[in-house]
Amino acid sequence: MTLIDHLPVLLVAGPIVASLLTLVAGWHDRRLCYPIALAAVLGEFAAALVIFRQVMGGGTVRYDVGGWAPPMGIELVIDTFGGFILATIMLLALMTTLYAFRSVTKEIPTEKTVSFYVIFQVLLAGLIGMTITGDVFNLYVFLEISSIAAYTLISATRKPHAYVASYNYLVLGSIAAGFILLGIGNLYVATGTLNMAELAAMLPGSYDLATVHAAFLFLIIGFSIKAAFFPLHLWLPDAYTESPSAVTVLIATVMAKVSVYALFRFLFSVFTLAYITEIYPVTGVVLLIATIAIVAGAILAIAQDDLKRLLAYSSVSQIGYIMFAVGVANQIALEGGLLHILGHAVMKGCLFMVAGLIIYQTGTARLSELGGIARKMPLSCAAFALAGASMIGIPPTIGFMSKYYLVLGAFEAGLWPYAAVLLVGSLLAAAYIWRFIEIAYFGGHHDEHHRTEIREGPASMLAPALGLSLLCLLLGIFVAVPLEAIGLAVAQLLGGA
Amino acid sequence: MIEAFSELFFARYNYWMAIILMLIGLYALIAKQNLVKKIIGLNIFQTAIFLFYISVASVEGGTAPIYLPDGASAVYVNPLPHVLILTAIVVGVSITAVALSLVVRIYEEYGVIDEDELKEAVRGR
Amino acid sequence: MPDVSGLLPAVTIAIPLLAAVLILITGRHENLRETATIVAALAMLGSVASMLPSILDGGRVTLVLLPMVPGGDLALRVDAFGMVFALTAAALWLLNSFYAIGYMRALQEHAQTRFFFCLAVAIAAAIGIAFSANLLTLFVFYEILTVITYPLVVHIETPEAMKAGRKYLAYLLVGGIFLLAATVLTYILTGTTDFVPGGFLAGSGAALTLQILFGLFLVGFVKAAWMPLHAWLPAAMIAPTPVSAFLHAVAVVTAGVFGIVRVAGWVFGMPLMASLGLGVVLAVIASLTIVTASLFALAEDNLKRRLAYSTVSQLSYILLGVSMLSVAGMTGAMAHIPFHAFMKITLFFVAGAVIVSAGRERISDMKGLGHKMPVTTLMFAAAAIGICGLPPLCGIISKIYLAIGAVEGGMPILLLVLIASAVLNAAYFFPIIYTMLVDRPADPHALDAVSEPPLTMLVPIVLTAVISMLLFFFPSVPFMDLVRIAIGEITTGVVP
Repeated sequence: MTLIDHLPVLLVAGPIVASLLTLVAGWHDRRLCYPIALAAVLGEFAAALVIFRQVMGGGTVRYDVGGWAPPMGIELVIDTFGGFILATIMLLALMTTLYAFRSVTKEIPTEKTVSFYVIFQVLLAGLIGMTITGDVFNLYVFLEISSIAAYTLISATRKPHAYVASYNYLVLGSIAAGFILLGIGNLYVATGTLNMAELAAMLPGSYDLATVHAAFLFLIIGFSIKAAFFPLHLWLPDAYTESPSAVTVLIATVMAKVSVYALFRFLFSVFTLAYITEIYPVTGVVLLIATIAIVAGAILAIAQDDLKRLLAYSSVSQIGYIMFAVGVANQIALEGGLLHILGHAVMKGCLFMVAGLIIYQTGTARLSELGGIARKMPLSCAAFALAGASMIGIPPTIGFMSKYYLVLGAFEAGLWPYAAVLLVGSLLAAAYIWRFIEIAYFGGHHDEHHRTEIREGPASMLAPALGLSLLCLLLGIFVAVPLEAIGLAVAQLLGGA
Repeated sequence: MIEAFSELFFARYNYWMAIILMLIGLYALIAKQNLVKKIIGLNIFQTAIFLFYISVASVEGGTAPIYLPDGASAVYVNPLPHVLILTAIVVGVSITAVALSLVVRIYEEYGVIDEDELKEAVRGR
Repeated sequence: MPDVSGLLPAVTIAIPLLAAVLILITGRHENLRETATIVAALAMLGSVASMLPSILDGGRVTLVLLPMVPGGDLALRVDAFGMVFALTAAALWLLNSFYAIGYMRALQEHAQTRFFFCLAVAIAAAIGIAFSANLLTLFVFYEILTVITYPLVVHIETPEAMKAGRKYLAYLLVGGIFLLAATVLTYILTGTTDFVPGGFLAGSGAALTLQILFGLFLVGFVKAAWMPLHAWLPAAMIAPTPVSAFLHAVAVVTAGVFGIVRVAGWVFGMPLMASLGLGVVLAVIASLTIVTASLFALAEDNLKRRLAYSTVSQLSYILLGVSMLSVAGMTGAMAHIPFHAFMKITLFFVAGAVIVSAGRERISDMKGLGHKMPVTTLMFAAAAIGICGLPPLCGIISKIYLAIGAVEGGMPILLLVLIASAVLNAAYFFPIIYTMLVDRPADPHALDAVSEPPLTMLVPIVLTAVISMLLFFFPSVPFMDLVRIAIGEITTGVVP
């Protein structure tokens, strides 16, 4: 078998090996950490693209780890949805790694740099593993790997509040993991298998069992906590705000999306569409809560003074949009949801990167102190403006495209009032994005004398931010490109393949 | 009546055990103010889940799932949940380690490990 | 004639976008930067004009840019009605650019690069609206126009300007949401959003649904400043005068009424609107706006705000024409778009000239200005007369069509509205002329430093007034011809 055939397992093993390499190399010379990390992420990104091409060309890729066939062995399965998510998260991981070079040097204490890059790789390993596994317990293991890595990374800064944020996230995340484990256990009790494909085949026979219902509930609650679906989002604002900038970008984009991916996997691939709409209809409740999430998150965002906290609450609102797609559960809405997964990762990544740039250059993220910053950091704020416009849903950006699909899906399903709330949501998004735009571009005439020494951020941080913001526009204009993959992915999800 | 009662309680005592332990763990996690006690609560919660799994794995008359010299026809308990729980225990240990190290850090920074006092201290910064 | 496929529509939009990039690059070098604007304006006018002959022959130029979403591709189609808007916008961008350069330099305004950048992108968006082939493309350019005009409105960056900007954005973004809802609903009902002469909605839904749909469109096109959703327009007068002149006489507000006429003629169709009773509703809204806005204008002392209310009133003339649902009414409505634009921009240009030369914004401070700025004041008088509907300026032509249309459409009561409005127009314009020409300031030396504005401003003022007069004598060239073709399109449902 060639290298390409082994790519799935290399995708997971690679980051782990890279992390060990980083550890060893870092002992010798601290400066070796970053090149190794960057090379590793580049390799993983390339591998992800290769696998994605494979999936788009030839259908689902399956790999038996160690040669042991399922259901005894663990299987790695990458279908269109998985490949799409994999490509998305690796792109963001690459951008974050590029961004991290300067950001980490400033925000992480020097003695912790080696550990930082080691755990960074481990986090990536866990997230990639979650995306490509076809076994539910394997998913749990990778979930915990990535979670522990995340708890550690969030606290890897000089700010003491980060420890508290990490602790709270740990407590809530572990409860979530406990529930997920319980859910998986119940599934095992009901069917005797842990393989996702087998579960999907065997569960319909047991749909009436209370065990299965219990498993479903545990899993949904557990993953909702992990994905920060309102009202189980309480760990998110602190975790995003207090963590170092590069970590915020990573967990806000990659980790959040993988959690949502896992939720989708369980909802649609393991428990099929028929289950969640007819046998145990939760889509109505999910739709209602998602709508509340959209509005509540946005309103809380408007009230914030700290830019990162504002963006964190915005994330809560945007996850509501993605869950809205689940609530509507038709082809068009789910296409919008998947498009929003991609779009939000790109948009939020850019926005958090700009927030990090501002903190890097000015030392503060409080809006009240950032008046007129656009004059000093024009490129950063331009990136923010473009990504922000995408967030609001101004055509022809990707944000508009995903919202359009969601609205169309809702209209098609006859859910007019929910569609109306969705539209109102973009007005609320305009309110909080515009707060920053107003302050940055048109504010702070009196603060001029304070900030003569502030300049534009370093290129290694600016380039990924600008790249992501341009991507918001390009993905919107050439939306047919991602839609090709997304259409297939949604058809597979809904068809229960 | 007695049958229903025994059916509900005695036949499924492992479920009840797990539920009670989980609730104790969750109670400690939520209601206790001391950060370390919360972690202990978390441990109890996780242990409850582990015990539940393993109890599910038991087979009547089964023995430990180690290959006996007399042959494969002996009755063994289901080894798979045991394996899964081993992994989960490791995960639990790691989480406890990270959590406790965070508590140590918090104590170094703020001098308190009581949740309410911590909130005050954080606000004070 | 069949539709012709061509790149010119895209080129027309690309030219100002390219200019915008060049403006950003040459930002420090003022003369290079202004050259970019002027050259682009000339090029764009040329591009639009070059499509004119084939449009006048009855053809259309189409171009599909990108497949986009279900509901429509990003597609352009240049037809007669679109040409009316595009020609007006292109010609006035050229004149406004000269004017703006003069204005900004005379006042030594800050952030000129941002100013010209936003103007260039705004005109690209306006042309995009004019050339849209379907509702979705219209929506895309509509929203871009909203966002890109915001920095222009808040240009002076005072707290007052920021407040006005917020109001502006709030109204226009909410309108955008309604427009999106209307577009999606249209797609759901019919499976398409392409503009079809004569409309395509007939029979696709219950009467109530279609009436609600029209309501959504109406609120969506809040840029038409119909009452009571007009408040953003007077608030936006805090912008520098070139912005007020161009955007709020030509681009933004015209986009609003353009949209409503498009929806009336190419989405609903006049017979459907008649059967749904929408004519009456629109007539009521339009009439109330016309009269009330004129009354508000009477009460304003700030010249630009008075002109803003006058614009609100005049835009509803177009809505009134649509509401008559008759050929003459529609003709008057479509004709009023370019005619009003040329006359109104003259008035705004003069207001800006007064600010630059005399530093005055309030009419009560403009006593005797005419003696020091004779040409400017004369142009104001001419344009004002035209707005009131008197010869020899073109305003009277559209008014006559509207009057005929009122009778034709079976709503002779609208004649009363037209007459009342004419009287009110005179009531708020003639005092301005009187103040400037006849009145004398209390202090005889107060106006010693005042003279005519710089040539870059004066020439456009004269030109727009002269064009307004030429359009009276030669209305067919080319606007009335284009309007006739457009009317023919929507009444027969066939492209001639």
